[in-house]
Amino acid sequence: MEKLPYERPYIKRLTPGAMNKFGSHSGAQPFKHIDGVQVTNLIAAYGSPLFVLSETQIRRNYRSAYRAFSTRYPKVQFAWSYKTNYLNAVCQIFHSEGSWAEVVSGFEYRKALGNGVAGNKIIFNGPSKSKEDLMLAIENDSLIHIDHLEELNLLITLSENLTDKPRVAIRVNMDTGIFPAWDRFGFNYENGEAWNALTKVVASGKLRLTGLHCHIGTYIQSTSAFGIAATKLADLALRCKTVLDQTIEYLDLGGGFPSMNTLKGAYLPGTDTLPSIDDFAEEICNKLINSDFAPNELPLLILESGRALIDDAGYLLGTVLANKRLADGKRATVVDFGVNILFTSFWYDHQISPAQDFSPHTENMAIYGPLCMNIDVIRENINLPLLNPGDHLVVHKVGAYNMTQWMQFITFRPAVVLIDERQNIHLIKAAETLDYIEENENVPGHLKAK
Amino acid sequence: MATRYTGLCIGVTGLNANDNPGPGIAVIRALKAGLGDDIRIVGFAYESLEPGIYMQGLVDKTYQLPYPTAGTGALLERLTYINNQEKLTAIIPNFDAELHNFIIIAPSLLKIGIRTFLPSLAQLQVRDKANLFEFGNKNGLPVPPHYKLFSAADLPHVTEELGFPLVIKGKFYDAYIAVNMDSALKAFKQLEAAWGYPVIAQKYIKGTEINVAALGSGNGSNLSIVPMRKLYITEKGKAWAGVTIEDNALVELADQFAKATQWRGAYELEIIRDAEDQLFIIEINPRFPAWIYLAAAAGQNQPAALIKMSMGENVTPFNSYETGKLFIRHSWDQVVDIAEFQKMSAFGEL
Amino acid sequence: MKIKKNIATSENGFVFNPATGDSFSGNAMASVILLAMKNGVNTAEIKADILKKYDVSVAQLDRDWEDWIIQLKEANLLELELNHGN
Repeated sequence: MEKLPYERPYIKRLTPGAMNKFGSHSGAQPFKHIDGVQVTNLIAAYGSPLFVLSETQIRRNYRSAYRAFSTRYPKVQFAWSYKTNYLNAVCQIFHSEGSWAEVVSGFEYRKALGNGVAGNKIIFNGPSKSKEDLMLAIENDSLIHIDHLEELNLLITLSENLTDKPRVAIRVNMDTGIFPAWDRFGFNYENGEAWNALTKVVASGKLRLTGLHCHIGTYIQSTSAFGIAATKLADLALRCKTVLDQTIEYLDLGGGFPSMNTLKGAYLPGTDTLPSIDDFAEEICNKLINSDFAPNELPLLILESGRALIDDAGYLLGTVLANKRLADGKRATVVDFGVNILFTSFWYDHQISPAQDFSPHTENMAIYGPLCMNIDVIRENINLPLLNPGDHLVVHKVGAYNMTQWMQFITFRPAVVLIDERQNIHLIKAAETLDYIEENENVPGHLKAK
Repeated sequence: MATRYTGLCIGVTGLNANDNPGPGIAVIRALKAGLGDDIRIVGFAYESLEPGIYMQGLVDKTYQLPYPTAGTGALLERLTYINNQEKLTAIIPNFDAELHNFIIIAPSLLKIGIRTFLPSLAQLQVRDKANLFEFGNKNGLPVPPHYKLFSAADLPHVTEELGFPLVIKGKFYDAYIAVNMDSALKAFKQLEAAWGYPVIAQKYIKGTEINVAALGSGNGSNLSIVPMRKLYITEKGKAWAGVTIEDNALVELADQFAKATQWRGAYELEIIRDAEDQLFIIEINPRFPAWIYLAAAAGQNQPAALIKMSMGENVTPFNSYETGKLFIRHSWDQVVDIAEFQKMSAFGEL
Repeated sequence: MKIKKNIATSENGFVFNPATGDSFSGNAMASVILLAMKNGVNTAEIKADILKKYDVSVAQLDRDWEDWIIQLKEANLLELELNHGN
């Protein structure tokens, strides 16, 4: 006799409750394939947990973002934000689409060079550039975005005996009506610091003022903030022209567009509330085109989008390790991926789907990672079907920042695979090994195991 | 006797006729009064104890909806399923928190034959608590000054500016009157946990509370305006009794609002008249108020008019109502078997 | 392990505890087990019956049974078994 399908017995208290922000519906559908490749096959071949990136989705995101801006503005250039995801394979996808590189350290700068990016297509941002980094950037004719006066002074000194002036831009911070205002980076617009810095650049006679840069924040949920930023940068550029007789060749609006993840504390899902790239493009391009630039003198518009271009192309696959009941009767599920590799779970309520069929019963649960640390919480509250040890889960929209901010802690960091446009799977970063982690360690002779 | 409205099937949310009542039951009463008892009412509930679910004379059948947090995909899927059973003519959503999603899916609903008569997302946003002050300033509408709070650290300078008492409000719902720093902090913490950011601090205006229920045509005019003065106010600030009043200044305020926004659909202005007879708009709700049956009883049946508008009828603007119509809300203990509650809880239908 | 005598169960998987006023809904497996428990079938027999009819391993069932008992305790549906310690 064929046996009946089993499901673990489960009762749920029927409670009336006030409408609150934790919904009761999981909305979960089994998520079995990524770009046509079966999740279980990926885990079988590369282990669990496993990061998976979709080349198709990355290219689709890039092209639609480029289209959003280039159909509204004559000169547009994207620069891939290395810190968002600097796996070389990922960077190469963006470079092959035409992206320049946007780097914020000597390490990232050298990575961009290694990826074959021409020096004059590297934008060098950030508050920490060493003398050696700056020399390298000057030699390569890169675009150096100055963050503070110390850096400006150093650049002037370094340029003392050069024949070709280094190309520089000033990073400007400003009030765009959002909270928090990122006033720690660059020079302030409202209090005149930015203007002073620009004057100083020009007065030095040693530097070529090429552009203006701002980066107003992250996960900006209002298009109007970008409109204000575009207007203020345009005003500053026009003032450079009239007062300092300097033509600003480009305005770099930085990044900060949100992906469609749902921020913790948000009531409605990100997919329903966040503006699209088209909305941002509309606002930014309108403001620039309607500013006082002569139509043939519109500066190049540079964008450094990271998160919005890659977040939804990344997945984290994992496995259920154990189930337990907490002291208050609530269920907890322990999984094999922790906050050390899913850093973004600190600020997102990540969508998580089971990778196999399930029954219609759902249970409210907490999802804990495998670390022996109390902070290792992937979701405090999520409604998911009854999960059993060995079941697989898919975490969505994890492509941004996780593969750069991840920490080697307690255990190895997992492998990363890329599914290309023909559904071939490529291992683009192997899982860590003990040898790899201990490679740079040194145990003094007297402490060596006998 | 059959009318052109016989057999219409109308979906209504907000069946929570409790001590902080949703408008659903009042809307349904008005619909039956205006369109006839032979229309079918399908209730939509989020919780299994919303009293309307169990009011068989008013609600023919109730379905549970996914919470707004589940997003538009889940909502549309559920409504499509319900529509396959019910063939809905129209839906009147009555919760602030669900409107965003209903507005987004309105075109998809129309494709499966379900009509709505809702404002646009942009209209919804301008009157949002967080934007109300700027909106008022821009359009010459009197709104008390407010600040947006993103952290408890914002409170000290805000309280210094506004003084005590002040009103601390959640992004979607709830408001507390804070009389000192301690109560302001407590309110901030509760509201940030319940509804997220921003939390709003608004200057407290002392005076008479007046609400105006209105129906915007969508082209800058109002089809109906009925002002009501609150006579008895519950601890939660809700009117437990109120009376229709006549005051041209109130009507003008509503007309000014409709003109500035081109508002389409139901809305409510919450107004305070201070000792100097000055009017302040303290909040604008993008839906019918819970006391909307009073407007119908006073001669302007806004829910019925809204359904007619959604069906493309030409509705003549109302031009008069009876003043001195009084509503006194009362509670009523509905008695049902536990099995009904269990069924609603487990199956999401009753 | 005994379930309280006055617990009302329905074929839809509903449970009502008239002593506390609590209602519960369970999945199909929960209904089967509750019915057996109400009829006084002991744990070993219930488990044996499930193993015979359902596609589940002994280890998995034992694991889930522990969780099931925690759920019943949490729901206040179990008869207190007093142990006088002698």
